[in-house]
Amino acid sequence: MTMKKAQKLEIKDLSVTFESEIIKNISLKVEDREIISIIGPSGCGKSTLFNVVSGIIKQNKGLIKINGLEEKKRQGKFGYMFQEPLLFPWLKVLENVMLGFEIKGIEKKQAKIEAVYLLKKFDLFEYANLYPNSLSGGMKQKAALLRTIAFNSDILLLDEPFGLLDAITRSNLHLYLLDIWKKLGLTIIFTTHDIREAIFLSDRVYVLSKKPATVIDCIKINLSRPRKISDQTSKKFVELEKKIISLL
Amino acid sequence: MKKYFLSFLTAVISLFVWQITVMGFNIEAWILPSPSRIFVAFWQSRALIFYHLIPTLIEAVIGLTGAVFISIFIAIFMERYYAFQKIIYPFLIISQTIPFIILAPLLTLWFGFGLPPKIIIISLVCFFPITINLFDGFQGVDSSILRLLTSMGASQKQIFKLVKLPASLPSFFSGLRIASAYSILGAVVSEWMGADRGLGILLIRSTKSYLTDRVFAVIGIITLLSIFAVLLVEIIARILIPWHYYKLKIRK
Repeated sequence: MTMKKAQKLEIKDLSVTFESEIIKNISLKVEDREIISIIGPSGCGKSTLFNVVSGIIKQNKGLIKINGLEEKKRQGKFGYMFQEPLLFPWLKVLENVMLGFEIKGIEKKQAKIEAVYLLKKFDLFEYANLYPNSLSGGMKQKAALLRTIAFNSDILLLDEPFGLLDAITRSNLHLYLLDIWKKLGLTIIFTTHDIREAIFLSDRVYVLSKKPATVIDCIKINLSRPRKISDQTSKKFVELEKKIISLL
Repeated sequence: MKKYFLSFLTAVISLFVWQITVMGFNIEAWILPSPSRIFVAFWQSRALIFYHLIPTLIEAVIGLTGAVFISIFIAIFMERYYAFQKIIYPFLIISQTIPFIILAPLLTLWFGFGLPPKIIIISLVCFFPITINLFDGFQGVDSSILRLLTSMGASQKQIFKLVKLPASLPSFFSGLRIASAYSILGAVVSEWMGADRGLGILLIRSTKSYLTDRVFAVIGIITLLSIFAVLLVEIIARILIPWHYYKLKIRK
């Protein structure tokens, strides 16, 4: 008899209401080392979903399981990243990444060793001693990604992580993220309103409706990995794109 | 340096016009002395000016230091306890409409002619810009950063230490810059209420003796002292928060 392996993250019948209903009965499952994207119209409640999952705000209904266990207190269980890099301008890149380790409770000396290792492994070491404000938008977001991973490399919640970047920088960061994902074995959930980005990165795409957000469909992306930029012009890719457009 | 050239030139021309006017119209020295005469007066009484400068400087430094401590204390309390903030904020604003100098006679009555009443006056004059700027700095932290740290499970204490404190340093220094100039002014004026040494006293005595050239010399020294205080704060800020100036440079 084989034991069914627990999902990395499971959301069941989640509803959130403030003045109006924002999220209505959302259920989704994320397997270990999967990349899942959540796509939906702007303002549909994607960020609220992440705020609830990460424990910043409380749900009205539903439960959230991490590694098969229901978790009520979820602060610190995810690496959460926003559209803006939110690096601390008074800390150098290295110190910003160290901060991820330090908040987790790792002492400074060890945090420095691990931060240096991360920066070297993912090509940012030459910027270690610069202040964030001297970096380009793409570089800042790369550094922010490493800080997020320093804090938690189990499950990442990325809220429109590439939303503020230009197209070229964005596809550069797509490859950067995929490289990190592969080397560290991460589980990633991210929101976007860019359909091509969702298809290019994900194993599955959840399509959400307008407010109140519900899951319209979950599309499996059966493109082989590792993926290349040129995949985005393949027939399969374009068909998936058409399918998602028709749902939105 | 180049961008200040025109301002510098304007100052030099003004002094020149002043000199020519006084000489050309034969204006009497007790009404308006020429710049050259003021400089001679300064040079002749330099030992006297230095003698009176010391206590003024000491008062200003102690008063400003006191103001910094009071401000940090009040601002942190306001940030930490919402009720305290609600109660104290109106008083802070009202306190700014009081010209504190009018309290000087009262303070002299209570504390005599020594150092304490002067330091109290200077601290009262200086604490407001520092408190308000520091508090605004605490409040102005990007709400997304707070959300990020909350998601990481950081405590209020950690958030304060890691984010609010460093983020508020630039506005703290803006407040300190204003306060440092006030501190010199406060010291001079508080000496008028009674003292035996100080630039304020020298100013009064020179006026009463119709030594107008020396009055100008003392005014010049007080002005330089204020500028020097502001510059000193600026230099300290550039050393302590280099990242802030980096940002300004990039924006240009």
